[in-house]
Amino acid sequence: MDILRFFTAGNVDDGKSTLTGRLLFDSKSISTDIIETITRQSKIKGKDTDLDLALLTDGLRAEREQGITIDVAYKYFSTDKRKFIIADTPGHIQYTRNMFTGASTADVAIILIDIVNGITEQTRRHSIIASILGIPHVLICINKMDLVSYAENAYSDIVDEYKKFANGLNLRNVDYIPVSALEGENIVNRSEKLPWYKGTSLLTYLENVKTLQETMDESRFQIQYVSNFVDPKTNEITRRFIGRILSGTYKNGDLVEVLPEKIATKISSLEKYNRAVEKAHKGDIVALQLSHDIDAGRGNTIVPIHQRSTLTNEIEATICWMDNTPFRPAQKLIIQHLSHTTKAKISEILCKIDIHTNQPDYDHTENMALNEICKVIIRTAEPIAADTFDQNRSTGIFILIDENTNNTVAAGTIFLFR
Amino acid sequence: METKDYLDHLEAEAIHIMLEVAGQFERPALLFSGGKDSICLVHLAQKAFKPGKFPFPLVHIDTGHNFPEALDFRDQLVDNIGEKLIVRKVEDTIRKRKLVDASGKFPSRNALQTYTLLDTIEEFEFDVCIGGARRDEEKARAKERIFSVRDDFGQWNPKKQRPEIWDTYNGRINKGENVRAFPISNWTELDIWNYIEREEIELPNIYFTHNRQVVQTDNGQLMAYSEYLNLDDSDHIREGRVRYRTVGDMTCTAAVVSEAHTVRDIIEEIKIAKISERGATRMDDRISEAAMEDRKKNGYF
Ligand SMILES: Nc1nc2c(ncn2[C@@H]2O[C@H](COP(=O)(O)OP(=O)(O)O)[C@@H](O)[C@H]2O)c(=O)[nH]1
Repeated sequence: MDILRFFTAGNVDDGKSTLTGRLLFDSKSISTDIIETITRQSKIKGKDTDLDLALLTDGLRAEREQGITIDVAYKYFSTDKRKFIIADTPGHIQYTRNMFTGASTADVAIILIDIVNGITEQTRRHSIIASILGIPHVLICINKMDLVSYAENAYSDIVDEYKKFANGLNLRNVDYIPVSALEGENIVNRSEKLPWYKGTSLLTYLENVKTLQETMDESRFQIQYVSNFVDPKTNEITRRFIGRILSGTYKNGDLVEVLPEKIATKISSLEKYNRAVEKAHKGDIVALQLSHDIDAGRGNTIVPIHQRSTLTNEIEATICWMDNTPFRPAQKLIIQHLSHTTKAKISEILCKIDIHTNQPDYDHTENMALNEICKVIIRTAEPIAADTFDQNRSTGIFILIDENTNNTVAAGTIFLFR
Repeated sequence: METKDYLDHLEAEAIHIMLEVAGQFERPALLFSGGKDSICLVHLAQKAFKPGKFPFPLVHIDTGHNFPEALDFRDQLVDNIGEKLIVRKVEDTIRKRKLVDASGKFPSRNALQTYTLLDTIEEFEFDVCIGGARRDEEKARAKERIFSVRDDFGQWNPKKQRPEIWDTYNGRINKGENVRAFPISNWTELDIWNYIEREEIELPNIYFTHNRQVVQTDNGQLMAYSEYLNLDDSDHIREGRVRYRTVGDMTCTAAVVSEAHTVRDIIEEIKIAKISERGATRMDDRISEAAMEDRKKNGYF
């Protein structure tokens, strides 16, 4: 059993809530007390069905009505194959930053299209966001098939149109599934009403889709915390550099280099949770001891000698501006590259990306406001040991923090070193 | 390459968050309630920092309404791991601040405990408190970030949450602010029990079936009989075969009827019992969906 993270996107009323509710309900992930509450609410709302599945997850509408905050909400369910983490994200353009938050860690983006309305502005925007964030899989769920009597041609028209649009985007894997969330067709089991459809049901897809394999297996490790252990018997101090392996493999005895100082040394001990191991991989938390007494600290990177990473003070990146206050050229920023922070400056806005067409706009580069996506040049005080996002999804990312307010004002992916 | 169990992913995520807390803050604390979630946090901290010392003390806000079994367990645990424990009592806060104590048949000090927590944060100048909240517990929590910034009064402002992208956590704060960090946000109740089973984590015995004197409330919940309740003639005390799904205060945590002797029994029970954890056991959450969000805005953990 492993974990799959996904988020659902689409227009208001395309059936997002009904679809998620259907998945949770049909996979028997809902407690009886919650079903009771919802049955009661469905009756109050005068729904003709006994159970309005949208009420299970319809964060947004309920929240707007009750004046509760609109934000990403996380939901969980599991089958025998996988634990699923759903980020329920608001789809409106004014919530682009929330969508970024929910989508950033996703393995799959489910984009819903209402078969009657077809591809809309939001479909395009959400697809562009998925491509900027490098989401490994995009699943186009064409919903409300019941409204067209489960006809194949209505479905293939939309698939063809989406394929044309997606050609211009940098999406890795795109799949298509016809469903009726309302009637539960093709959600958990393959639907008999869709004999022409040869693929799997939605749940089968989610249970089997591959989580990302890194395209680059260069070894990357950043120090999160330095622990000094004083042996009570000998008073001897050992220093452990603890952190997560971001990609690749580390072995006991590896010749390594500590960046940015470029000090060569050797891994003299490799531990996983206080147990010596010979080897550890991406995702493992490890404690390293080094042969030399090196004054390395939080944010320093340790890489095998033969897999050097680039040290740079200047990067080009695609960023989404997330602060209510627009960017000002004099703004003092801090870049947080995983666990490494240093002062930074946006020295130039190269272009704005039109979020509906994915086209660069070179004419309005003097400012940057909430939810806008731009390509920029960033200069950093200390060099950062980075990879491009294309090469390494774990290390080609960063956030920007305002030095005065301490707010997270932007998130970005690196596409070029200078 | 070895394949990882899903619990390995949850574990690594939680420890990664703890390391970020340790690396980013000057004076962290781990809030220890004595329940299974915070016992898991202690286990995770051991994995993160051993053989070194924890970079934070455990802090217990003692409401005075605890199960004695939970307190015994706490002291035993602290003894075993050799880490520092700070205890601050709600009773002392009531006296010092001249507050009115909770009343009613089942007096709950949940609201009062906020004052003690804030006073403790101020006393030790903690800039971050690690807590065991999970997003599956209820709707308001489902929206909370892993690093949640609180103002001077401990208040959570859901409208001003920072975006939290990837697993990059921004722990920078302004003067007077502090952070609550939630390493097990993405764990469900079942995940916790699966982890307890896999790691063979010890728990207070009240999580398992036992005989206990209980009182039935108007909405059918079973409350442990104790000196803290203000019962009248209409209540009758009877013996039940029960266990606890969550361990909070004796006055407001309900027991469930159960014959579960082992962690495995409990896992099987949860899989078929389909009542949410809070729905089953927390008297004070039955009020409204917005109740929790309101309470959190007011600095409740
Ligand atoms: N006919 C039909 N209606 C659907 C389907 N899925 C959702 N709906 C309806 O579409 C409306 C909007 O659905 P909802 O899930 O609330 O959409 P959301 O705004 O995307 O979350 C509701 O009235 C649903 O009952 C479907 O598969 N077929």
